[in-house]
Amino acid sequence: MLEIKCPYCGKRSQNEFSYGGDGNIKRPALGAEISTKDWDDFVYFRDNPRGRHTELWHHVSGCRQWFKASRDTATHEIFSTCKMNEDFNE
Amino acid sequence: MSNQYRTSNSKGLINKEKIINFTFNGSSYQGYEGDTLASALIANGVHLIGRSFKYHRPRGFLGVGVEEPNAMVQLHEGDRSEPNIMATEVELVEGLKAKSQNCWPSVKFDIGEINNLLNRFFPAGFYYKTFMWPKSFWFKVYEPIIRKAAGMGVAPLSPDPDRYEHNYEHCDVLVVGSGPSGLSSALAAAKNGARVILAEDKAHFGGSLLNDDVTIGNMSGREWASDVISQLKSMPNVVVKNRSQVFGYYDHNMTVMFERVSDHIENPSKYTPRQRLHYIRAGEVIVSTGSIERPISFGNNDRPGIFLSSAAREYMKVYETLVGKKPIIFTNNDSAYATALEFLRNDIKPIIVDTRDSSEGQLVKEVQGHGIAVRFNSGVANTKGHLKIKSATIGTLDGQKENFISLEEVECDCICMSGGWTPTVHLSSQAGNKLKFNEDIDAYVPDKKRQKETAIGSANGAFTLNQSLAEGFQVGFELSNKFTSNNIKTDVPTSNEPDQKPHEKLWCMPLPNGQKPKRFIDFQNDVAVSDVELALREGFRSIEHVKRYTTLGMAGDQGKTSNLNGLQYVSNIEKKIVPEVGHTTFRPPYTPVTIGTIVGREVGNHYLPTRKTPIHTWHEEHNAVFVAVGLWVRPRYYPRGTETMNDAVNREAANVRKNVGICDVTTLGKIDIKGPDAPEFLNRVYTNAWLKLPVGKARYGVMLREDGMVFDDGTTSRLSENHFHMTTTTAQAANVLSHLEYYLQVVWPDLDVNVLSTTEQWAGIAIAGPKSRELLAKLFPSIDVSNESLPFMGLVDAKLGDIPARIYRISFSGELAYEVNVESNYGLHLWKKIMETGSEFGVQPYGTEALATLRIEMGHVAGPELDGRTIPYDIGLNGMVSQNKDFIGKRSLSKDAFISEDRQTIVGLVPVDKKSKIPEGSHLVVDDKAPTPIPKLGHVSSSCWSVEYNNPFSIAILKDGKKQIGKKLIAVCPLKDISVPVEVVSSHYVDPKGERVRS
Repeated sequence: MLEIKCPYCGKRSQNEFSYGGDGNIKRPALGAEISTKDWDDFVYFRDNPRGRHTELWHHVSGCRQWFKASRDTATHEIFSTCKMNEDFNE
Repeated sequence: MSNQYRTSNSKGLINKEKIINFTFNGSSYQGYEGDTLASALIANGVHLIGRSFKYHRPRGFLGVGVEEPNAMVQLHEGDRSEPNIMATEVELVEGLKAKSQNCWPSVKFDIGEINNLLNRFFPAGFYYKTFMWPKSFWFKVYEPIIRKAAGMGVAPLSPDPDRYEHNYEHCDVLVVGSGPSGLSSALAAAKNGARVILAEDKAHFGGSLLNDDVTIGNMSGREWASDVISQLKSMPNVVVKNRSQVFGYYDHNMTVMFERVSDHIENPSKYTPRQRLHYIRAGEVIVSTGSIERPISFGNNDRPGIFLSSAAREYMKVYETLVGKKPIIFTNNDSAYATALEFLRNDIKPIIVDTRDSSEGQLVKEVQGHGIAVRFNSGVANTKGHLKIKSATIGTLDGQKENFISLEEVECDCICMSGGWTPTVHLSSQAGNKLKFNEDIDAYVPDKKRQKETAIGSANGAFTLNQSLAEGFQVGFELSNKFTSNNIKTDVPTSNEPDQKPHEKLWCMPLPNGQKPKRFIDFQNDVAVSDVELALREGFRSIEHVKRYTTLGMAGDQGKTSNLNGLQYVSNIEKKIVPEVGHTTFRPPYTPVTIGTIVGREVGNHYLPTRKTPIHTWHEEHNAVFVAVGLWVRPRYYPRGTETMNDAVNREAANVRKNVGICDVTTLGKIDIKGPDAPEFLNRVYTNAWLKLPVGKARYGVMLREDGMVFDDGTTSRLSENHFHMTTTTAQAANVLSHLEYYLQVVWPDLDVNVLSTTEQWAGIAIAGPKSRELLAKLFPSIDVSNESLPFMGLVDAKLGDIPARIYRISFSGELAYEVNVESNYGLHLWKKIMETGSEFGVQPYGTEALATLRIEMGHVAGPELDGRTIPYDIGLNGMVSQNKDFIGKRSLSKDAFISEDRQTIVGLVPVDKKSKIPEGSHLVVDDKAPTPIPKLGHVSSSCWSVEYNNPFSIAILKDGKKQIGKKLIAVCPLKDISVPVEVVSSHYVDPKGERVRS
């Protein structure tokens, strides 16, 4: 069980959080013209890197805030977490 | 005569004043307080404990603790019965009942032993080679026989009556194991002010200090251990736990510990748990888990009476028990001589067989000083004795130690063997530590750590007391300094121990001339030297493959005594050094853990939380049959008298169509949405338009996922300019909230909107049916409920006496209907008030079944249609999709596959005979007798008995559905072996123009 530092609440066990997937995904702007390929890339395709990865977590059984985590997908080391409007402090 | 195998002069930790009665295989025995089941049986001369896994060979004890591979028993009887328990780990309690397993009809005469005689038909990997033909034999012949033969003990059939608990702990430093290094590191860390947990698997603290004749300061090892423990127990920053095994090491320094709380207590008090699982998140973990002695492989080295030499010593020194009176000590190192000395202390003269040419070690000299002639350059070749060892063949080795030169048979009643020591690296390995091979000790030790874990003492290959103490005090101080600023260093006491000379690198004896006895490596999995040879001969090279092919080092044992001997043998044959062979991965749990402990209190009603509405007690009092909907418990129907479910559901649904019914809809998800950008947010979340919804109006909305699939639906009302009340389906309430939070926090943080779940704050009651307006008018006399003032999709605030209420004119049943919300605490009051007021209109409650009937008849979609595979166009929601704005998932809807003509779309089905029920989940086909695979055109999603038309009706998702209306198909349910000819009709079966809801 991972120990995750919520940027609002501090360190908590993983069972308070839910995983939110790749944190690098940017949703296309509303109303923007977008090709089917680009849209499919956004909806379906995700990188699956081994190593450091920016991802989203949701403190669902806590403060209910979404935030970013920089985690090693191989070792589970979490290098840093930050609020959505912040950059990792490394 | 009982207890005839007790020592005369050893000073143990048992209490001979207190006799404990127990039975084994139906015979009564006596032991003493402080005994384990193992020590008490050995003291009574009982060595035959069970039969081995594969060959059903007679087996006894090898070890004294968790390393025991053989002596697994079935404990207790009835619903407390427990299989596969290591007898060495069971503390004796009055009335304990134990029996052998894996034998029939008895442990002394076991039919399964024929496997041993036929052993040449059961080589390594025999499962993969036999039972292959004829194919038809597998189900009827082979599998039932294998199933019967597989496994060891028997699981009880009734629920576990005991209580188990979970506990979460945090500490700065967790110390695992209370031997010399563990005690010193715990003491150093604790004195420096760190929060320390010290865990010891056994009942007694001290580890090797209980067995070794050493001094620390001016105390014996044992005295020093108990002194340190009493110091630690007196410190407020220390938790000391015995009978507690740290069995798993997971990510981010999460360790899991299994505590045997009351297994050793005769009559534990009522609420004392039997066992406890501790989740310990430790800042640093000190792995001071010690080491386990290695066996030696020689002919028939598995007979009852053949022990590890350290186990024999501990039986004498801790349990005052003799493993035999005519011992042979067989060793490749000095440590076994301490066992010889303990025998000598009890006036027993052992025969000593040492593979080495000589040793000048202190212990060796001391033994020789007792007039014992050590047989150097010798080995045990074979043994005899069916149910218990009777004699051993001892031989002199040649120069290369590859053959015996001469052989001699010697009587004995036990062999105490020692192949040196294996550091217990399991926890470090579980923590991700890459182990390295240490050639001085011929074993793996922890190397590069991945987590905050530090192995010390003999777990780290430091086999002398001096090293262990020095490492312990140093590491305990250094690690604790990360958490405190005290910088208090504790002095290392001086210690004294006998000097030991190096071991010999020899762990497998040659075969005696002309004989081929089995030389076991892994006792628990019945893997012999010949099995490893076979695996290599058949081309398996990777040690992981050899492990799986032979089962070496698997299962509950996790190779505690067998791993290194297996690796060593592979490396000998392959002419490689051990590090090149590599090692297999250690898995948690280190020792077996009961399922009860893992489950803890989460059993029965505590398995999941139960959510009940505030009206639940009324439902119970009125004979409701309940159904679980997610965590909620909802009334399914309310049978009267002798009514069947169908009778009750039809009555309830028909009453809604004819008079008026009420339904507890408190479980619907409710989300309060506020903020200046709330209308814009809803406009993006829902597929339809929201900007122009007037205050005081509700609107039905559908939301999609980005992939275009319908995610949820519900009505949302505008309470004021910037304040909305959203409802969701019961099932998706939590997911919708997370979804909204995601878009507000991650995607569009510029929107000024707040969302909050209010599901628990409101009780909701649906009032549906042609007489609902009359009922409502009587219930709220001060409110104008006419169609003009409160039209369909209108809402109004009202008061029920002094209680604030909100009335929504919305309908799920297709009838004229309302939903009244009050604060949860008043829900029951409102319900009772409606029942009372409505009696003159024929009001009846209806449950989820009637609710489903009413919505299916109307063709309203719900969970079965919103299955994550349907887009709005598939399920008749075309009118809900705005063409004038963008929203979540809209771009997906214009993809080719989603606008294709032959998508499966919603239709209604009526059986051709107007009688046969159509099972939900049925496939729709043209011809159910066609050769398989029969083309599938769609499936039945929801079925009901139409109370309007008095015949079955279903909703289905059918390929190119609209064009199929009027056609005849067959609904096939192979699971129930039912085929129903059906006619495709519109999904809007009742009131297709929707006139009733607006009446």
